[in-house]
Amino acid sequence: MTSTTSAAPVHDPERLAAIASRRRRNTTVSTVSTVVVLGILTLLIVTSPGWPAVRESFFNAEYARDVLPDILKGLRLTVIMFATAEPVILVVGLLLAVVRGLTAPIFTPLRILSIAYADVVRGIPTILLILMFGFGIPALNLQGLPDSPLFWAWFALVVSYSAYVAEVLRAGLESVHPSQRAAARALGLNQYQSLRYVVVPQAVRRVTPPLLNDFIALQKDTALVAIIGAGIEMTRAAQIYAFDAFNYTPFVVAACFYILLTVPLSRWADWMAERQRRRSQAGGGAL
Amino acid sequence: MTSSEARPALRLEKVHKAYGDNAVLRGVSLDIDEHEVVALIGSSGCGKSTLLRCLDLLEPIDAGAIWFEGEDISWPGYDVNAARRKIGIVFQSFNLFPHRSVIDNITLAPRKVLGLGGDEAEARASDLLTRFGLADKAADYPDRLSGGQQQRVAIVRALAMQPKIMLFDEITSALDPELVGEVLNVIRDLKQAGLTMVLATHEMTFAREVATRVAFLDGGEVAELGPPEQVLSDPQQERTRQFLRRVTEARRI
Ligand SMILES: Nc1ncnc2c1ncn2[C@@H]1O[C@H](COP(=O)(O)OP(=O)(O)OP(=O)(O)O)[C@@H](O)[C@H]1O
Ligand SMILES: [Mg+2]
Repeated sequence: MTSTTSAAPVHDPERLAAIASRRRRNTTVSTVSTVVVLGILTLLIVTSPGWPAVRESFFNAEYARDVLPDILKGLRLTVIMFATAEPVILVVGLLLAVVRGLTAPIFTPLRILSIAYADVVRGIPTILLILMFGFGIPALNLQGLPDSPLFWAWFALVVSYSAYVAEVLRAGLESVHPSQRAAARALGLNQYQSLRYVVVPQAVRRVTPPLLNDFIALQKDTALVAIIGAGIEMTRAAQIYAFDAFNYTPFVVAACFYILLTVPLSRWADWMAERQRRRSQAGGGAL
Repeated sequence: MTSSEARPALRLEKVHKAYGDNAVLRGVSLDIDEHEVVALIGSSGCGKSTLLRCLDLLEPIDAGAIWFEGEDISWPGYDVNAARRKIGIVFQSFNLFPHRSVIDNITLAPRKVLGLGGDEAEARASDLLTRFGLADKAADYPDRLSGGQQQRVAIVRALAMQPKIMLFDEITSALDPELVGEVLNVIRDLKQAGLTMVLATHEMTFAREVATRVAFLDGGEVAELGPPEQVLSDPQQERTRQFLRRVTEARRI
């Protein structure tokens, strides 16, 4: 029924050589121009009149060395908080998003709750949630609940970010064409199976870039936990040193570590977005 | 819940369906016997797709009944999943799952709905793919395939559920002319195998060749019904004649 004729691909060596040569020239140009621009910027900063004072209080090597062990300890807690909060946020966010899309009358109360949750929580600054949960709940001395402010601050982050992630996922779910669900139902899959195997996987793929964006924001917002002073979280460690010595180098050190954490995530997010773009452009006609 | 001998495979009884004020189906009645191939023809917007979607219970009907295996499957609360397991539908726009490979598109429902093991489901899928000339495409993703190949995969996906009845909704209208043939070959094959089919189509020559009966849908009802030689060559109704004249004129342009 099918007829596939295949012929060997044809390459022109001269054309390939020309392409390679062009590529080499582009690399040279971009390297030289980058070095020149960065060099000029550095020169401008270092020769400016205020530089010695700035260097003393923000880029002091001695303080940096002193603070490093505690910042590294804080880094560990930061990473743990992020790594444990993220999966929980994804699950809660997905539940909220799916519930919001259910149309059966029995789900009406759940749907209303989900909408209210997103509206209320997104209206409250994350820092207020952390203060309320982190200080408020341990103060109640409730039986059977953890009384660690750190746990409740973590919990506040989960509460806050679940609402944002739910909105992103909801947009993803709505972007999957109804004909996909119809095709799944037509094959006899029930509502849950259609979501699980057909709609959700496509939705998640589509919103991966904005989701990663939220992850990056969450990683930074773990710094907010410092305000309740629980445990030695990275920003908190920097704070203690900085205010003791009236020197802000510890903040710069902490900032560097946050950047080290978020840059790979950002690059990954870009890479995913790019892959997404290529994929969706390859297809098209099918849907 | 009546049951009799020699009952039709599918019986539509005065089916009504409206979208808001737009009454699309206004009392469609039609008996489809086993091993029959019924071609649905009619002008664009006359309700062919709507009728097929109602038959697969993707749209609730407003009045009437759809009898299948002695039960009115259209009655509210009927287990739609059970009915859909036995009635397959192929859409005009393929609706393959873009995130799953060809083989995963085909095995999903047999595994999750029929509870087949992975090996069994894959064996069934491979057989069908081979039969329809797609054996080498099993691992590909849908958007790597030509339109004709995608549509054949969609047909295989529905067939893998081993339905009693297959519904085809203008499955060639999204295809380039040179790809139409390969998809129509599949239908010929299935007719040979004795599958009961309902197909909405604009391909009159094909309807003439493959259908055992042709139903002309107009004004929300079956305006004319009969063997293809009669309906397509010697229609009794004036509106059928008009429709066929429009079709032949369009072909000439
Ligand atoms: N989901 C829907 N909501 C509202 N109106 C609809 C919907 N689906 C179809 N219709 C209307 O129902 C009528 C019949 O549409 P249908 O798609 O069944 O026509 P058709 O015979 O399949 O046409 P074509 O040959 O162009 O595919 C049209 O007037 C259309 O606008
Ligand atoms: Mg149609």
